[in-house]
Amino acid sequence: MASTRCAACKYLRRRCPSDCIFSLYFPSNNPQRFAHVHKIFGASNIGKMLQDLPVHRRADAADSLYYEAHCRIKDPVYGCVGIINILLQEIYNVQCQIAKIQAEIAFLGTHAQSDQTQYQQLQIAPNLDPNFLSEQKGLSNSFDDSSTWFF
Amino acid sequence: MGGNSPCASCKLLRRRCAKDCIFAPYFPSDDPHKFAIVHKVFGASNVSKMLQELPLHQRADTVSSLVYEANARVRDPVYGCVGAISYLQNQVSQLQMQLAVAQAEILCIQMQQEPAPITTTSPVLLDADDKSSYYLHQNNLPQFLAFSSSNNNVIYDSFKKESLFGQDMIS
Repeated sequence: MASTRCAACKYLRRRCPSDCIFSLYFPSNNPQRFAHVHKIFGASNIGKMLQDLPVHRRADAADSLYYEAHCRIKDPVYGCVGIINILLQEIYNVQCQIAKIQAEIAFLGTHAQSDQTQYQQLQIAPNLDPNFLSEQKGLSNSFDDSSTWFF
Repeated sequence: MGGNSPCASCKLLRRRCAKDCIFAPYFPSDDPHKFAIVHKVFGASNVSKMLQELPLHQRADTVSSLVYEANARVRDPVYGCVGAISYLQNQVSQLQMQLAVAQAEILCIQMQQEPAPITTTSPVLLDADDKSSYYLHQNNLPQFLAFSSSNNNVIYDSFKKESLFGQDMIS
């Protein structure tokens, strides 16, 4: 039974050894994955990067390299950095919206509090001595606007 | 007037720097580290091919983004830039949740202050997954929430220290 070469060795047209560093991360059923990383990084760079990492980190490294290569092929000028810029802009926009709404909440809260205070002052008035009230009536006639008592 | 000194790439590659050297405008000899790191991650021939396939006016930005990605990969050999993307996607999701909460709060306040019946429908609060996938689908961004940078602080700090193409987005 012939053993299948990994996508890397197929692409590079070479024999796939049993300890091939690419075989676990670039299976033969996904040739595009290796083609993309090879186009951007080069097979020898990928091999060096994977070799410099402990075995349990290599799968994630291969995935992230593929993602970066994919982004670079889609956007040859900015690659992943284009996505980072979009995300940074979005963060800034959402932070501005949150700040706006929080300012509005603070304003509405203050407004409601001052209405509450005025309402409480109005409630206090009926508890005054009726004699005092009649005296005030006499005084208030001398003002143009009796509402100035409360402001 | 003396001859032109070789650019950083030709110095590193130990070759004659031609007049029409594709690297010379972007890798000056006074910054050898810039080319060294790009060569380490991408390789000189790959960078040369990428630049050759692009119009002149886009090459400077391309080099800047390649340098940024190479630096990210050297700092974080497992996730590189992708760790930063994953981190920022999480931030966006969290901020959108905060925004939804704030919007609900202000709606409550407005309803309390105006007790007349409101005919508009109440806002639908999306859960975290819905929101992030909504945002990502709107912008056609692949979701990489599974990635976490092996050192988030390293990548995040780079946003504060380095400005991406002259823009400081995070205050």
